[in-house]
Amino acid sequence: MASSGVAASNDEYTGSLYVFEAPVRVWHWVHALTLTVLAITGYFIANPLPSQTGEASDSFLMGNIRLVHFSAAMVFAVGLVLRLYWAIVGNRYARGMLTPPFWERVYWRRMWHEIKMYLFLTRKVAKYRGHNPLAMMFMWLFNLWLAIFMICTGFALYSQGAGADSWADTLFGWVFLIEPSSQAVRMWHYVGMWVMVAFAIVHIYMVIRADVMSRQNGISAMIDGYRRFKDDGPRSPQ
Amino acid sequence: MPAKETFYDVMRKHGITRRSFLKFCSLTAAGLGLGPEFAGKLAHALENKPRTPVIWLHGLECTCCSESFIRSGNPLAGDVILSMISLDYSDTLMAAAGYQAEELLEQTIEKYDGEYILACEGNPPLNEDGMYCIQGGKPYVEKLRHMADHCKAIIAWGSCASWGCVQAAKPNPTQATPIHKVILDKPIVKVPGCPPIAEVMTGVITYMVAFDRLPPLDRQGRPKMFYGQRLHDKCYRRPHFDAGQFVEAFDDEGARKGYCLYKVGCKGPTTYNACSTIEWNGGLSWPVKSGHGCLGCAEDNFWDKGSFYSAVTNLKVAGNVEANAEKVGGTLAAAAAIGVAAHAAGTVISKATGKRSKQAEEVNNG
Ligand code: SF4
Ligand code: SF4
Repeated sequence: MASSGVAASNDEYTGSLYVFEAPVRVWHWVHALTLTVLAITGYFIANPLPSQTGEASDSFLMGNIRLVHFSAAMVFAVGLVLRLYWAIVGNRYARGMLTPPFWERVYWRRMWHEIKMYLFLTRKVAKYRGHNPLAMMFMWLFNLWLAIFMICTGFALYSQGAGADSWADTLFGWVFLIEPSSQAVRMWHYVGMWVMVAFAIVHIYMVIRADVMSRQNGISAMIDGYRRFKDDGPRSPQ
Repeated sequence: MPAKETFYDVMRKHGITRRSFLKFCSLTAAGLGLGPEFAGKLAHALENKPRTPVIWLHGLECTCCSESFIRSGNPLAGDVILSMISLDYSDTLMAAAGYQAEELLEQTIEKYDGEYILACEGNPPLNEDGMYCIQGGKPYVEKLRHMADHCKAIIAWGSCASWGCVQAAKPNPTQATPIHKVILDKPIVKVPGCPPIAEVMTGVITYMVAFDRLPPLDRQGRPKMFYGQRLHDKCYRRPHFDAGQFVEAFDDEGARKGYCLYKVGCKGPTTYNACSTIEWNGGLSWPVKSGHGCLGCAEDNFWDKGSFYSAVTNLKVAGNVEANAEKVGGTLAAAAAIGVAAHAAGTVISKATGKRSKQAEEVNNG
C-alpha cells in the first residue's frame, strides 16, 4: 500500500524527500502556539491570578485572559478544520492524522517494532518517510480526537456566555444533552487541557530523541518540509 | 364544584378583590418577561377559561419547594395561586387527609382526565420496587405513574424532581430518580432549584393554567424566561470578575469590598437560575449579595461536584475514588514529565551499553 510505503523501493529512503507540505507545517506551528496560549490562559481561568487592587473600572485582567483564550480557540478550531481539509487534498503524509492505516498489517508490525524500541527491547532503528506508526497513532488520538473534544466542550462552554441564540449554542449546545451539568463539562474541558499538556511533553521529548537517535531528521522536517535520511542503508530495522 | 368554574370565580370566592386580581396579573406578566399588553390577556384568560386543576404530589423531598412557594415575596401572588391550586390535591396544604384525600385523586381523574396539571415535588426512589417512599400503602412511584397517565402536563418542582438532588447524590442507595427518567410520555417542565424562587414557581404555574400551554423551554426543559441565563451573566459582582478582583478568603479586604466570589467556589458561571435577577424573598437579597458563592443548586448533580468552596471541582478517577480535577490533571502532566526524564536516562544508558554491539552491526551491514 502506497500510504505507508511498503512497496516503495529503498531509493525513497535515501538522501532527502519532500514530506511535510507548507500547509501542514504552518498548521503545526499555529497549532503548537495556540495550544500553548490556550493552556496558559485556560489555567488562569480555572485558577485566577491574585486579586487586582484598585477600582474595577481600571482593570480588565480576567476579561482579557478570557478574550485571549477565546480568540486562540477560534484560531485553533479553524486551523484544525483547514488541516483536515488538507488531509483530504494534500499528499499521503498529510493523510496520516485523519486516517492512520489501521487496516494494514504492516502498520501494526512496525508499530510493534517502535514499541519494542521505546521499551529498550531492541536497539534496531527503522527509517520512516512520514510519521512512524506510533507517532501517527498519537497524532490521531490527541491532535484529532482530543482536539475535537476540546473544541466541542470549549465552544459549548463559550455558548453559555454568548447566549442561547448564539451560533456557538446552535452548533455545540448539544454537548449539554450528553452532560447536563455545565460544571462537569467545565471540569472535563480542564482535564482535557492537562491531557493535552502531557501529550505535548511526550511529543517534544520523542521528537528531540528521534532527532538525535534515529536514522532521519525530526525537527527540521517540520520547518522546511524535507525528510533527510542519515544513512543510505535499507529502511528495515537495523 | 361546577365544571365551568373559572379561576377568577375561585379567587373571588376566596375573598380576593378584583383590584388585587388585576395587580397580580400585571406583576406576573412582568415577572414572566411578557409585555404590558399581556397583563390584560392574562386577566382575560383567568376570567374566562374553565379552571385547570392542579394536582400537587410529593415524593422523596424536604418540602422546601412548598415552603418557598407559600413565602412568595408578593403575598398577593401567594394567596392568588394558593386559592387557584389548593382546591384539588396537595398533601401538605389541603385540609383533607387519609382516604378522603386519596379519593380526591380518583375524582380528579374521573372529571378531568387528560386535563389537569401534575405538579411533582420530589422524586420517586426506584430501588426495592419503590419501597423507600410509601404513600397510602403503595410505593410513590406507582401513584406518580398512575396520576401521570391521566394528566396533561407535568411540572417538576425543584432540583429533586428535575435532577435528583441530594437523595440522588452518590451513592444514591434508594435509587432516587428524576421525573423525566420515569415518565417518558408527557411534556415536563423542569423548574430546578433547591428550592426554586417563589416568583419563578408562581410565574410558571400561572402561565400554564392561563395560556393552556407550556412556557417556552430551553434544551433541558427549563422555562427560558427564568433559566435562560446563568447567574454569572447578570451578577452585580461581574465587573469585579472581569477586572480580576476576587475574594480570596471570607474575611479579607476583597470580601469587605464585595469582590467576585469565584475563587471561593461561586458556581454562578455554570448555574442557570434567576437568583441574580429576581433575587430571593421578594427581591430582598440572594446568596452572592449576602457574600457567599452560589452552590449551583439548580444544576444537575450539584452535590457530587466536590467542595462548594473551590472553583475547580471533583472528578471520578476510578470506581468510587474521587479527586480534584486540578490534582488529577497536574499529576498526569507531572507523570508525563517524569516518565520522559526517566526514558531519557534509559536512552543514555542503553546507548552506552549498546555502543559496542551496534558498531559491530554497522560493520557487518557495510
Ligand atoms: S460572584 Fe459568582 S456569579 Fe457573581 S461574578 Fe463572581 S463568579 Fe460570577
Ligand atoms: S445562588 Fe445558586 S445555590 Fe443559591 S439559590 Fe441561587 S442557584 Fe441555588
